[in-house]
Order: sequence, then structure tokens, then C-alpha cells
Amino acid sequence: MKTQTMKRITQALMAAGIALAIPFAQAWEPTKTVEFIVPAGTGGGADQMARLIDGIIKKNNLMKQPMVVINKGGGAGAEGFLDVKGTKDPHKIIITLSNLFTTPMAQGTPFNWKDLTPVKMLALDQFVLWVHADNPAKTAKDYIEQVKKTPADARKKMGGTGSKQEDQIITVALEKQTGTKFTYVPYKGGGEVATQLVGKHVDSTVNNPIEAVAQWRAGNLKPLCVFDDMRMPYKAKVTDTMSWNDIPTCKEAGVDTDYVMLRGIFTTPGATPDQVKYYVDLLDKVRATPEWKEFMERGAFNQTALVGKEYVDWIAKNEQLHMNLMKEAGFLKTN
Amino acid sequence: MDTGQHESQAADERPAASQRTVECAVAVLLLLVGAVVMWDSWRIGAGWGEDGPKSGYFPFYIGLFIVAGSAINLWNGLRLKGEDNGAFVLKSQFALVWSVLWPTAVFIVLIRGIGPVPGVGIYVASMIFIAWFMRRLGQYSWLKILPIGVGVSLYFFIMFEVWFKVPLPKGPLEALFGFD
Amino acid sequence: MIESITSLLQGFTVALTPFNLMLMAIGIILGVLIGVLPGLGGANGVAILLPLTFTMPPTSAIILLSCIYWGALFGGAITSILFNIPGEPWSVATTFDGYPLAQQGKAGQALTSAFTSSFIGAFVAVVMITFLAPFVAKLALKFGPKENFSVYLLTFCAFVGMSKGAPWKTIVAMMLGFALASVGLDNVTGSLRLTFGQEALLKGFNFLIAVIGLFGIGEILLTIEEGLVFKGAKAKLNMQVVLETWKELPKYWKTSLRSSAVGCFMGIVPGGATPASFMAYGVAKRMSPDGNDFGKGKVEGVVAPETAAHAAGTSALLPMLTLGVPGSPTAAVLLGGLLIWGLQPGPLLFVEQKDFVWGLIASMYLGNIVGLIIVLTCVPLFAAILRIPFAIIAPVILVICAIGAYTVNNSMFDVYMMLVFGVLGYLFKKLDYPLAPLVLALVLGDRTEEAFRQALLGTGGDLSVFFSNGLVGTITTLALTLLFWPLVSKLLAMVRSKWK
Repeated sequence: MKTQTMKRITQALMAAGIALAIPFAQAWEPTKTVEFIVPAGTGGGADQMARLIDGIIKKNNLMKQPMVVINKGGGAGAEGFLDVKGTKDPHKIIITLSNLFTTPMAQGTPFNWKDLTPVKMLALDQFVLWVHADNPAKTAKDYIEQVKKTPADARKKMGGTGSKQEDQIITVALEKQTGTKFTYVPYKGGGEVATQLVGKHVDSTVNNPIEAVAQWRAGNLKPLCVFDDMRMPYKAKVTDTMSWNDIPTCKEAGVDTDYVMLRGIFTTPGATPDQVKYYVDLLDKVRATPEWKEFMERGAFNQTALVGKEYVDWIAKNEQLHMNLMKEAGFLKTN
Repeated sequence: MDTGQHESQAADERPAASQRTVECAVAVLLLLVGAVVMWDSWRIGAGWGEDGPKSGYFPFYIGLFIVAGSAINLWNGLRLKGEDNGAFVLKSQFALVWSVLWPTAVFIVLIRGIGPVPGVGIYVASMIFIAWFMRRLGQYSWLKILPIGVGVSLYFFIMFEVWFKVPLPKGPLEALFGFD
Repeated sequence: MIESITSLLQGFTVALTPFNLMLMAIGIILGVLIGVLPGLGGANGVAILLPLTFTMPPTSAIILLSCIYWGALFGGAITSILFNIPGEPWSVATTFDGYPLAQQGKAGQALTSAFTSSFIGAFVAVVMITFLAPFVAKLALKFGPKENFSVYLLTFCAFVGMSKGAPWKTIVAMMLGFALASVGLDNVTGSLRLTFGQEALLKGFNFLIAVIGLFGIGEILLTIEEGLVFKGAKAKLNMQVVLETWKELPKYWKTSLRSSAVGCFMGIVPGGATPASFMAYGVAKRMSPDGNDFGKGKVEGVVAPETAAHAAGTSALLPMLTLGVPGSPTAAVLLGGLLIWGLQPGPLLFVEQKDFVWGLIASMYLGNIVGLIIVLTCVPLFAAILRIPFAIIAPVILVICAIGAYTVNNSMFDVYMMLVFGVLGYLFKKLDYPLAPLVLALVLGDRTEEAFRQALLGTGGDLSVFFSNGLVGTITTLALTLLFWPLVSKLLAMVRSKWK
């Protein structure tokens, strides 16, 4: 009887011990500088977001160890992804663009999102069809009519970032949907694309909201429709007359095309659950700050934020989606 | 020892290589580079597509120019003789160049190691490199070498690793202090 | 105009507080330190200090950060002149005459002219920003692919035909530069070129690595053939040299003026500081009566590229503020800072954030003056570096080169490549292959090709687009005239002699 009690007590103590020990074992923290890789050049959407996160973390002292943002945009981002894939050190995270999917498909560079450990989806970036403010088109439909009327040797020019990446995918999808044809002109960065549209060197763009908002507010550009299945939720006026919410979806406007881009975080292969948890918690703290909320609103982001299995499922589904889009557009690497 | 070594080097006025040899070697090397450029550009399409030049158009002609130019330089090189075909570099001069070049190569290899051999990181490698250089080429006493070698490496370490958070390759020594 | 002046005066009252002046001095000194080391750029300094600035008012913060930028601009010239190692890309052209000057024991003169010219270039650009900002922003918008291509063409044409090497060697060197520039991703079609499946080649060849190798390491190897010493140790080490050089500088007012114009123009159009410095050097060489002595240590050859580089570097801030397009990594980090402070770069910044903008412009004036004073006082100190014995300074320089090459992309492959470029630089120098065309082609090659192909998209390959409007037509014509100038001037001379 006594021994029984003793046994129970020991068992209980052990259980308590384990229960106590678990939080200790789980609480992984960086022990040195964390590198935040941006698989794109400076000044683009991903770069801006990474630098903002870095700034928020520093301003609010969310991390004991320092963080550095490093741009590795070579080979359409392959440089950055291969860098993260090639190490087991979890002191490295990477922010994604659609080139997570498109670069290996278009160039055959040997990496896949499954090589990395998914951490968290931060937001989805929207795409908006922009034209110059002087363009008489009032709706996406008007503009598509203009495009249809132009002769084959003077096609309308669509400016975008990079080649065989998200902007060109949307352009091709738009062409298929409406039976039109654009001349796609690739530039190096989203800010440059918006400026080129202001200077009328291209006729339209599919810039992300954050890339074009400054020119929209200045009255130089005009949004026609957003490539998503519902309107952007932000109702505060951006210009004197319009809010993000006033921009119709392309479907409403009679052009049935939608596309959103993942702004998510991954870390190195083989990162343990508690390491992932650390970054998830960190990013949750970032998302709770007023600076982040303001950034989300200014850039009209879709604030869907997934973790764990839902995140993985979303990525897998989108990989398939990109596979189909790239195949239809003829962008897959052939040789 | 210092003066003796230098005198013996200065005495060696024989050419280590003739102008013609090096001229031709470099021309051949560049010719090969040009050929590789042409070959790869041809592979990805070197024509004029419907919207202007294709990916390989410019590189292809660039390669062609390199090949053609190098062929001419090779021909000119082969014809060098007499006064024009002097020494490219004297043995004594080359000894000096070599005395800097090979330690630099070793220094660079030391940083990351080679094959299965791990490196010692850039800071330790710099320390060894500076010490070696000062000892062999400057005949300084260790009393001067140690503070300078360690000091310079430490300065760079503080500057890059601690202050500006620029991560450079590190080895086991830094790991001992918790930097890896 | 009047409005600009009152706004500027208001800006001065914002910028001229003891606290802000102290920040300027700190920023400049830090910037110079960073600019000297090829491994650290303005971007590093700005990134590290950014969190510190979150507690300051935005105007003070931008003053501190932009002064780091000025400091780095000043600092880039120091290693170029002393050791032939360009600390920043736009200092390459400074080495052409700055380094020979230092070797002749005139490091003090070279440094003084470089710093003073930087100041003048930056000053002209700030004046332009003050009074012509709206006009300038409109001009920048006129530049699309075809206009960009014509500007690059102009740069090449201004520079080409300058080198005295054997023509085929010049061509091979230049083409090698183009070939290196085309390695990596072709942005127009999104396909990989010349990478041969090698991961290390994906990102292409960075200009800085080639330059550190070709110029820095190559020069060290060349120098030691003559013995294990650096020349130029006998440079004067007092402030006298600054005053003496100043007496000489007004002679070159025409060069300064031309270079400032070139720099301001290239800063607004997307050319940038590096092409500006090459173009100004090329133009100065053509226009100068002693053009043939360029490259052997002419003060004018330091004045031209430095003035242009800094005029361009300064005026490039304008597109960043008004269009929100960062022209450099440093500018990108600064943009990140603007966002955290709740400022949005773009056309409305000048309207909505007047205090900030004019405070920044005022700080450009003050920061440059403070900077000039600081760096000029240090001229003797910098020149004294040449007195450090070879066996100590040479390994330190080689270490700095290795660190510099590594930090460009955090890649060891680049460090190995640096050594390869070093040997190549040594061989090329001895065999009279000119390095300048190679470097120019490497830095501008892919941009030129990209602009050319972007311009042709949708035209069916019709080259007449490069004459399709007044702006692009004028620049293209100017470029072609410059290219054939030797021919044209000969013809003119013939006509003239016949006339007589």
C-alpha cells in the first residue's frame, strides 16, 4: 500500500517535472544574429516589407539578438532560396514572392518550397490594373476595348517586374481571358514600373498597391480593377474621392482574372517545431504593432495569415495553380 | 640576411618568361573564353526574334569579337621577335610577385578551407597572413608582429561582426566565444 | 523662386541646431570610415544606425543618415588615390589620375582636389535641387527605355577611343567586360545565360569584385616587381598642401562646370554616379589641351570624375524623394526609414512634408560644408598611411580586399574570383590591354542591353525608335557625333585649311 502511494507520488512528481521541463525545452531563442534574406533586389515589395519588419523589431525591441536584412536576388531569387536551402542553421529566415514557385519552374533551378520549413503567411499581396490618369478608360472593360482596337504592330504595352514572373503571368492570364494581346515590357523593380507608367512609356501595369499608391494619390495613375475575388476591405479615402474599397474586382468589371501573391516567411530545412514557434510568435508580435497595421492599410494587403498545416496546404495548392498558369503561358523550362 | 637575399634576387636578370609566350598564352585563353561564350549563346538562341534581339544575340557577337580579336592578338604575338620580344618579367621580379601571390592564395583558401578540410575563418586567417607577411617579407620581431596581427584582426572583428553586423566567415576560434 | 528661398531659409532654421550639427559631424566621420573600407557601404552604416534614429525627430534622423551618405561619398576617393582600390564604384575613374599623382608623392594634392571637387559637384547639384526640383522631376519622367539606351550610348561614346592601347586589345578588353556583364539572368526573357548550371554564377559578376581584383590586387602585384615598397611615401604631410592645391584649382573651372553639368544630368536620368564619372573623365580628356597627359597624373583628371560623381550622387536623391524609386542600396535603406517615420516618398512628399524636405535640403548644404572641413583637415593623416612600411600595409590591404569582395554577396566564390581578376589585371596591365573599357562595359553592359531590348519590344525590331522623338534623337545624335569626333574634327580641319 505504502509503496503504491510512493509510486504514485513519484509518478506525479515526474509528470510535474516533465510538465515543467517542456516549456524550457520548447523555448528556443536565437543565440546569434538572424539573417533575413530577401530573394529580390532593394526597393521592391518584398524588400520593403522585410525592412519594415526589421525596423519594427528594432524599434520595439522584440528580439534579443540582432537581425540583418540581406538581399540575394540573383537568378530571379534563386540565389536567396538556394542559400537558405543549403544550410541547417535556423538563424536564417526568408521572405517569399511568387518567385518561390516561378523561378524553379522557369529556369529549372534546383529548389522547391518543400526544401524549406514554412513558418507563417504574413499577408497576401494584391494586384491592381493601373493606367495613366489621362487615359479615357473609366473601367477595365473600357481599357480592354481599347486594347482590342489597337492594330497588331502598335500593341498596348504592359509594364511589369521581371520576366516569366507574377506580373507577366497575370498579363498572359488577362490576355487569355479577354482574347487580347499586349506587349509585355519587363523592368527590374516595381517602383520603376509605376514611374514608367507615369512617364507614359507603357500603357498599363499590374503593380501591387504599395508600389503605385504614391502616384495614385498624386493624381498621376488610375486604378481600374483588383485581381481578386473580392474587393479590398480598406474604406478610408486614399485620394479625395476614392478608397481602396471603391476599386471594383476585375470580375465585377467584366474581366474574370484573379491572382494574389504570397508574402510568407520560411526558414532553413530541418528547423524544429520550437524554432518555428519562436519565429511565429515573433511575427505575431510584429503584426500587433500599429506600424504594421498602418503598412497593411497603406499597401491594401489582404491580411490572411496562416500557420502550420493550413499554410502548407495553401502553398501546395498555389504551387499547382502556378504550374498550370506557367504551363498555359508556355513559361516552363523546356531544355 | 635581408640584404643578402635581395642581392641574390637582384642579380637574377634572366627572363622568367618572354613577352611572346605570355602574349600568346593570354590570347589563347581569351580565345577559348570567347568560344565558350559563343557556344552557350548559340544554345539559347542568337538570332533576331520578332521583338528585337533574342537572349543570346549580343553575347554571341561579343564572343565572336573576342575570338576574332584574340586571334589577331595571337598572330601579332607570334610574330614578336628581336627587341619587341623582350622579357615579360625577369626572374628576380617574378620571385617578388610570387612571394606575395602564393601567400595570398593560401590566405584565401584558409578562410573557408578546401574540400573536407575546414577553414579557420577570415579573422584568424588574416592574423596568420599578416604575421607571416611581416615576418618573411619585413623581418619584424615577434614583439611587433603580435600586436599588429592581433590588433588588425580584432579591429576588423569589432567593426564588421560586432558593430555593423556584417557576417563574415568564421571558424572554430570565434565559435569558442559564441560567435558562429 | 522666391518661395524656394524662403522655404530653404526655414529649412536652415530647422537644420541649424547644435544637436543637428553634432549629428552631421558624427555622420560624416562614420561615413568616411565606411567609405574607406570596400566591404562597408553607406547601406551598412545607415542600416545599423536606423534603429537609433527612431527616437529622434525625422528631420534629425535624416540629417544623420544622409551625412553618412555624404561621408561615404568623400571616403570612396581615399583608397582610390592611395592604393588604386576604388572604395565605391564611382571612384574607379578617380584612380586613373589620382593614383599616379600619389605615386609621384602628390597624394596630398590629389586628395585635396578630390575632396574639393566632390564638394563643388554636390553643391551645384543641391542648388539645382533647390530651385529646379519640379522641373527636374518632370524631366526624369521623360526617360523610358529608349532614352536610357541613348544615355548609355552617350557614355560609351564619350569614353571610347580614349585609350591608347592596340585597337584589337581595346576591343577584346571591352568585349570581355560585356561578356562578364551578361552572365546570370537575362531580365528581358527571364532565361539564364552563361551560367553553365553553376550556382555561383547565377548572380553574375559583380562590378566591385572585378574592380577590386583588376585594379587593387593587380596593382599590388605590379608594384612589387620594383621591390617590396609602395611609392609615394614622400608625400607632404602638412596643411600647406591644401592651400597650395586650392591656388591651382580655379584654373580648372571649365572642367568643374562641365563635369557638374554632366553629373547633374546623369543623376536625374537613371544613369547614376558611376557612368557620370566615366563620362566626365572622357569629356575632360577630349576638351583639355593636355588631354594626352591624362592617366599620368593630371589634377584635372581627378577633378572631372569626382565633381561629376558627387553631382550625380546628390541629384539622384531627387528621384528617390519625388518618385520613390531608390537609386542605390543606401537609398533603399533610407526609404525603409522614411516608411517607419510615417513619411511616404512620392510626388506629394514636397507638398505634405515641407519641413522634412526643406530640412533635408538645408542639411545637404550644411552637411557638405561640415564634411569638406572634416576631410580636408584629415588630408595629412590620410597621406601618412603611405608611410606605413610595405610589409605591414600590404597584407592589411589584401585582407581588406578579401573582406570587400566577400561582403558584396556574402560568397567565398567572389573572393576566389577576386584573386583571378587580380592575376588577370596584372597580365593585362603588362600586356597593354586597357582596363578602363573593360570596367565600363562591365558596369553598364547589362543595363545598356536591357534598355536596348526593352525599347525594341513591340516595334518589330525597328531601330528608328532611337530617333523617334526630340529627346532621344538629340542624345543619340550627340553620342554618334562624339564617337566619330576624331573623324569629324579631321574633316573640319581639312575644310578649314582648304578655305585658307
